[in-house]
Amino acid sequence: MAVAAVAVAGSQRHRALSEPRWVRWLLTGLALATFGLFLLLPLLTVFGEALAKGVSSYWAALSDEDALAAVRLTLLVAGITVPLNVVFGVIAAWCVAKFDFAGKSVLISLIDLPFSVSPVISGLIYVLLFGLQGLLGPWLAALGIKIIFAVPGLVLATLFVTFPYVARELIPLMEEQGTEEEEAAVVLGASGWRVFWRVTLPNIKWGLLYGVLLCNARAMGEFGAVSVVSGHIRGQTTTMPLQVEILYNEYNFVAAFAIASVLAMLALVTLAVKSALEWRFSKEIAGMGH
Amino acid sequence: MTKVASLRWMVLLSGLSMAPPALADSTLLNVSYDPTRELYRDIDHAFVAAWKAKTGEVMTINQSHGGTGAQARAVIAGLEADVVTLALAYDIDAIARTGLLDRHWQDRLPYQSAPYTSTIVFLVRKGNPKRIRDWDDVARPGVEVITPNPKTSGGARWNYLAAWGYALDKYGRDEAKARRFVAAVYNNVPLLDAGARAAATTFVQRGLGDVLLAWEDEAMLAVEEMGGGQFEIVVPSMSILAEPPVAVVDKVVDKHGTRAAAEAYLRYLYSPEGQEIGARHHYRPRDPTVAARHAAEFPLVKLFTIETLGGWQKAQATHFNDGGVFDQITAGANP
Repeated sequence: MAVAAVAVAGSQRHRALSEPRWVRWLLTGLALATFGLFLLLPLLTVFGEALAKGVSSYWAALSDEDALAAVRLTLLVAGITVPLNVVFGVIAAWCVAKFDFAGKSVLISLIDLPFSVSPVISGLIYVLLFGLQGLLGPWLAALGIKIIFAVPGLVLATLFVTFPYVARELIPLMEEQGTEEEEAAVVLGASGWRVFWRVTLPNIKWGLLYGVLLCNARAMGEFGAVSVVSGHIRGQTTTMPLQVEILYNEYNFVAAFAIASVLAMLALVTLAVKSALEWRFSKEIAGMGH
Repeated sequence: MTKVASLRWMVLLSGLSMAPPALADSTLLNVSYDPTRELYRDIDHAFVAAWKAKTGEVMTINQSHGGTGAQARAVIAGLEADVVTLALAYDIDAIARTGLLDRHWQDRLPYQSAPYTSTIVFLVRKGNPKRIRDWDDVARPGVEVITPNPKTSGGARWNYLAAWGYALDKYGRDEAKARRFVAAVYNNVPLLDAGARAAATTFVQRGLGDVLLAWEDEAMLAVEEMGGGQFEIVVPSMSILAEPPVAVVDKVVDKHGTRAAAEAYLRYLYSPEGQEIGARHHYRPRDPTVAARHAAEFPLVKLFTIETLGGWQKAQATHFNDGGVFDQITAGANP
């Protein structure tokens, strides 16, 4: 009886909420057209342009010494920034979500700062700080330390821009989970360190993984901030997005799109890994909120 | 995946894991402006060979290219350029003001430290459908003109001053009339790109505009690269002699211990070999022999120098600084 009532209610709601057929078709069509025009077509164009002069030019463009240097540098920068942001992001999220303290809202705003600041400005901040005419510049120059126009500057700029990704992914999740499980663990005699490894971390691992994937994608693709601090030295301080710009400006469209296609593939791999994990561990992810 | 493809992946991956090439004996960084990428690729290659033959030292030359103003600012902020090869003397003066190099840098090499010259010409679409012959046609209503922003681009400043110099000559040095003429030109400009190369890409690749005001070398390169007779170069009756200068950055070479190599590198630009490479990349040579050999490639134009307009400091202050003539004429018009 109860089941039947629910079924009737369900079908009534279904009828009340659904639009006429033509509206549904129109909306679906619009969504598909937008997807095709703004996502699929540009993606295909990248690969089309990259292969415009055949597979051998494509491979030649990718095996170019400067292109390989750009790929290596991008992987190096992402390889340093992502682990650091995992550590900082988890610590920040843990502090914000599990504890109450004065200035908490200020800390949250600070974590969000890189989202609201234009990447070009974040790059310029480092030039103003570490540049030769900057605040710390003369002192660094006297010590012979190079920050901007070198790898440390690229890492710092990327670190700043990608900082919120892990923390922002974890804070709502950890807040929702509350502190009961941790409290129980503490009552049972676990140390703080043990609570983190055995209780908190297993609870947040999927959220953390999302954060890492997003952070990595942005770290590899960042243009504005690294462009300001790079100095654009070919084969030395050009990451992949900067190398794409350089090659495009040199009328070398095949090579530019070839590297762009590698970046696009990295993004697609990221997406695929995320979907595969969701599919493989769908049950665990569904149960994550409890 | 086929065998060949997987082999290629392996080659690619092994390339990635490979350590960067072993450090050469000596390294120079040449910080340059936008359109010289192709020129310095060849110059560097030739100089490295010549230097090795002479001294046995294996030299590596790194290149950085960008808008001339942005490049100067990067050097000022600490980009350790052993040599700068920029679009105009004003930008090297700006570096000199911070004490990184001698204020009298222009006297250290022949021809005020400008080893090659260029001028400003017009690039039009095939068949010249708008019949653009001279500066008057560029100022004509209904002609779309592509030129970059003089605030950020060196080439754009040469473009602007070429039009200004032509107008001054045409109106018997009447500045009010010259100002109206240049305003008419910029009234025809639909967008101002940040750099010369970006403007060229807008015209050539995106197909915007009827005429591109460009460095002669840049216009010839665009015709060469894009080929297929899609574009024609139109040489105006009168234009400016553009003299892109070069300089060794004293503080940097003394720190790196690269002064000898850096000076030899810049002197190489003046050598017959360097001048020949420059001419092949459509820069007008200084060397009379090389110039004679390439005379047919460079059309005769009545050229005036920046000095006839009062020099760079005055031109910059009058026209391009905030509130200058450029700001005044574009404030009233559509930018």
